[in-house]
Amino acid sequence: MLVFTLRRLSLFMFTMLLLTLLSFSLNFLFPGEAIINLSGAINATPSQLIELNEAYQTHRNFFWQYMTYLSHIINGDLGLSMASQSDISTEIVNLLPATIELSLVALLIAMLVGIPLGFIAAIKHNKLTDNLILSVSMLGYSVPVFWLGLLAILAFSINLGWFPSAGQISLLFEIELVTGIQFIDILLSDSPYKWQAFSDATAHIILPACVIAVAPATIFIRLARTSMIEVLETNYIRAASAKGLTFQQIIFRHAIRNALIRIIRHVGLQFANLVTIAMVTEVIFSWPGIGRWLIESIYQRDYTAIQSGLLVLSCFIFIVHILTDFIYAALNPLARGIKYGA
Amino acid sequence: MIYLKFITTILLSLLLLTACNEEGKLSLSERSVIYCAEGSPETFNPQLVTSGTTIDATSNQLYDRLIAYQGDKNTLSSALAESWHVTHDGKKITFYLRKNVAFHHTDYFTPSRLLTADDVIFSFKRIIDTEHPYHLVSGGNYPFFQSVSFSDLIDEIEKINDHTIRFHLSHADNSFLANLATDFAVILSAEYAEQLAKQKAKSNIDTHPIGTGPFKLKEYRVGSLIRFYRHERYWQEPAQIEQLVFDITPSNTGRLTKLLANECDVTAYPIAHEKIIQREDLSLEAVTALNVGYFGFNVKKAPFDNKLVRQAISYAINKKTLLDTVYQGKAEMANSLLPKTSWAFDESILEQEFNPILAKSLLTQAGYSDGFTMDLWAMPIQRPYNPNAITMAKLIQSDLKKIDIKVNIISYEWNTFLKRLKLGEHQSFLLGWSADNPDPDNFFTPILSCSATQTGSNTTFWCNQEYDAIIKKALQTTNINQRKKYYAQAMAILTQAVPLIPIAHSKRYQARGNNVIGNILTPFGGINFYHVAKRKLTSKKTVVKQNPQRRKNNIINTGVN
Repeated sequence: MLVFTLRRLSLFMFTMLLLTLLSFSLNFLFPGEAIINLSGAINATPSQLIELNEAYQTHRNFFWQYMTYLSHIINGDLGLSMASQSDISTEIVNLLPATIELSLVALLIAMLVGIPLGFIAAIKHNKLTDNLILSVSMLGYSVPVFWLGLLAILAFSINLGWFPSAGQISLLFEIELVTGIQFIDILLSDSPYKWQAFSDATAHIILPACVIAVAPATIFIRLARTSMIEVLETNYIRAASAKGLTFQQIIFRHAIRNALIRIIRHVGLQFANLVTIAMVTEVIFSWPGIGRWLIESIYQRDYTAIQSGLLVLSCFIFIVHILTDFIYAALNPLARGIKYGA
Repeated sequence: MIYLKFITTILLSLLLLTACNEEGKLSLSERSVIYCAEGSPETFNPQLVTSGTTIDATSNQLYDRLIAYQGDKNTLSSALAESWHVTHDGKKITFYLRKNVAFHHTDYFTPSRLLTADDVIFSFKRIIDTEHPYHLVSGGNYPFFQSVSFSDLIDEIEKINDHTIRFHLSHADNSFLANLATDFAVILSAEYAEQLAKQKAKSNIDTHPIGTGPFKLKEYRVGSLIRFYRHERYWQEPAQIEQLVFDITPSNTGRLTKLLANECDVTAYPIAHEKIIQREDLSLEAVTALNVGYFGFNVKKAPFDNKLVRQAISYAINKKTLLDTVYQGKAEMANSLLPKTSWAFDESILEQEFNPILAKSLLTQAGYSDGFTMDLWAMPIQRPYNPNAITMAKLIQSDLKKIDIKVNIISYEWNTFLKRLKLGEHQSFLLGWSADNPDPDNFFTPILSCSATQTGSNTTFWCNQEYDAIIKKALQTTNINQRKKYYAQAMAILTQAVPLIPIAHSKRYQARGNNVIGNILTPFGGINFYHVAKRKLTSKKTVVKQNPQRRKNNIINTGVN
């Protein structure tokens, strides 16, 4: 396990190095002066510019510039947003938890819906149920998320009035920002309307989370189906069946556990996909997360925000990836020997 | 099996949580109003701006004025000043203040005294006295007051006793009282200013406001929301709602969605009027606003320094199409700066003719027979006087193409747009004006006088001594008929010189849920939430069925009758 951990860590280090190199070079590739793109100080006076040049060591060669850039990142200094002139790292710290919250809830929904459906399809292999589930999942996979989001708002917010259409929580509730994850913040707050706020926040998250969950859920259906089919064809299942275990006993005691292990490996991969979908969905549902912020920055040509946002997001996705690898390795001792499997 | 049970438990608990949502929130939401606003305020001090978005968010919510307008006829009535007295020569005006006016008590300030003459003097001295310690805080620009030459008008503000003050004017001015009743002439707290000066945080006076108004600021998140709480010690009855939230939603469709999904109680500038009228739980209201949307020229820049070019363009624009397309028939065509509802409106002014051939010949006369290329700046946001400036710019572009003028449309983010306009970087622009008070002078002086070229509210940079003399004379006489004549003369000059082409006087629209009662819209100036209350929703949302048949019948009936 130690070797496994070290391998993952070294992979993480190298990937981060490459990522920072990319975001560093973006400063030179974006239009405008590199130092302004780096710091975001568009209104800097000449004396401030001199200070900035000193801080980012622009007079030295690229290697040292890159090193100072790295030290700035490690110190949590991502520069100022060109559009609002506020500190990017504080903005990200405020926004990222909202995205994490939304993505996790969506992932949960996708797994809770997708995996059982996939198992059912596998058990009823090549029957009507299987075909039905497969075609529905095909449909779900091909529907564009922005269209689905608007449709969901039209149906569930405007016509039926079941769920709100925008935001994280009704603006009437004052919830102090502590962790940034709304549900935890609500539980921590001493507002007299705590439980109302909690249910309001739940109502707000259902629609966007379900919209995000649709595409990953269809993938989980396919993954669960294939892995279950494979498991059902293995010798130990046949042996169990020969021993006289009932079908239910075989499925619940043996098949599900072994099939699940194979799916967990893919959760990390799917998470990256899910965050991308979440970014578009955040715009549609006015969710105050990092995706909406990043897309707005792209609109406003806020280069400092774009490169820092990309760096933080990719770093986040990578960490999730590694975490799922760990979980997989912890659950399945066989995997610990595989080199850099991803 | 355990797995399935787990899922069902989670789903059931989620359902339960959302189900109790409706019941529980009612208590809080009944005491609060959410208003979907179209933009963020630039500051929280109305003295510093003329932008309607800022006035909407601040003026009537946070502050009070010495005097106010009341009733349909817009007569002046008492506000912070219980009564006032004007001497015969019109040069000395004495105000007697109320003795029970408390300032806001907030997280950042605890007042130790009630309103006194010092607060009034502080509020006005800040504007007129360039040496005042607070004059230059936040830039030292007071556009409205500078455009009406407030500092030249007021010789002195005298404190007679703690609750009496006297304004000494340099000459009689009929619009002075009207200007004091505008949304800009708010009263700030001198005590708060002193405290901030000690803390070396003077600029907080405009970002963390303290006033005497019916609501106090609780929280502001830039670009996202403004939260107000009720001012419990308001000098009149406290407001009926406890919390007022401005949900800042710049997108038109976003505001509509929130309204239809009942996430906003009231929304500014709604689109899709038909859809709102169809719903039984929503209502649409309009007020004929005193405003004008216009197409202005920077007369300091070629080719618009030539009067003939400006006249040519005024003939080449088809205003009727603009009204039909941009305002969708919800506005009146503007033939002059003044709307028809103003008492000084001159009936003899004719509708501007649409005549491209005449336009072309005027252009040839001016020496531009081959046409030219020009920039047209279109404002990026929706305002009552111009709901869609970009579309309007495109229509103008195609109109002017017919007389060989190529138009480049330019737009910036709203605050940048205004800033650059003030600097005179533009050639021509689409903008408008919403009146702050019912006095006709409010159109003539701020938009086109010479003094307004310096303050940046006259962005045509047109300055005509004769015109200035006439509008000045109109202010000095009290005879209404005489004033009307002067304004007719001023309008005649404008029709000749064409520093701008008036396009439309629009209505201001607002939509709200039927459970919100009380007036919000005012015919001029900002909105006011003081009188708003919420009724209990008797039935849950009703599903409304369309009935196009009924509508058609109505139209047919009226046709027959």
